[in-house]
Amino acid sequence: MSVKVLYFAGLREAVGQSSEQLALPAQIGSVGQLHAHLVARGGAWQALATAKNLRIAVNQKIAAVDAPLKDGDEVAFFPPVTGG
Amino acid sequence: MKISVQSEDFDVGAECAALTRGRTDIGAVASFVGLVRDSNDGAGVARMTLEHYPGMTEKSLAEIVEEARGRWDVMDATVIHRVGELRPGDNIVLVVVASAHRGDAFAACEFIMDYLKTRAPFWKKEKTPEGERWVDARESDDRAAEKWKG
Repeated sequence: MSVKVLYFAGLREAVGQSSEQLALPAQIGSVGQLHAHLVARGGAWQALATAKNLRIAVNQKIAAVDAPLKDGDEVAFFPPVTGG
Repeated sequence: MKISVQSEDFDVGAECAALTRGRTDIGAVASFVGLVRDSNDGAGVARMTLEHYPGMTEKSLAEIVEEARGRWDVMDATVIHRVGELRPGDNIVLVVVASAHRGDAFAACEFIMDYLKTRAPFWKKEKTPEGERWVDARESDDRAAEKWKG
């Protein structure tokens, strides 16, 4: 399964990229497992673990950590929003 | 309904007039304009950059307006949010709601702003004398959105 992962704002700066296409190992089937997979890269990717109130969206809708993933999904990680 | 995420400025009068043009059933138009302040959290703000999540931003704004339509008599609405680099005094956001009566127009306008602040994926980065910083989300904004529940 392959997913597109997006990072925004302070998180984008911390991990040094705004998006990536990622082929996932077979055992990864949820948002939480993807999150742990990314954090396991170490270094700057620890920002995903230490981020306060991390928000996650799957296909542009806010999702919980146990949300399932399927091939072609767009997953976004970002801090709490501050528009308006 | 008009939803726009844009770098260009907007004309409040023109947007209000556009909602009522050719109609005689609207009795109330409420509008809110958010502007860039020159200070925040004790520091001067020289400029600000607004980032957003293209696609999700427009969808979430449309959903917020739809939710307002479900709660009040909203005859039409416009939401414009600017992105990119802005300076103190610049317009950031415009919400205009047209209704038959003022109560619905005021309430829907405030609701849309409160939900926009906590749900629409925008992020502000400020340039202050101490350097650049991402703006932290405020608990007061969460409380403002919470009051519409229940």
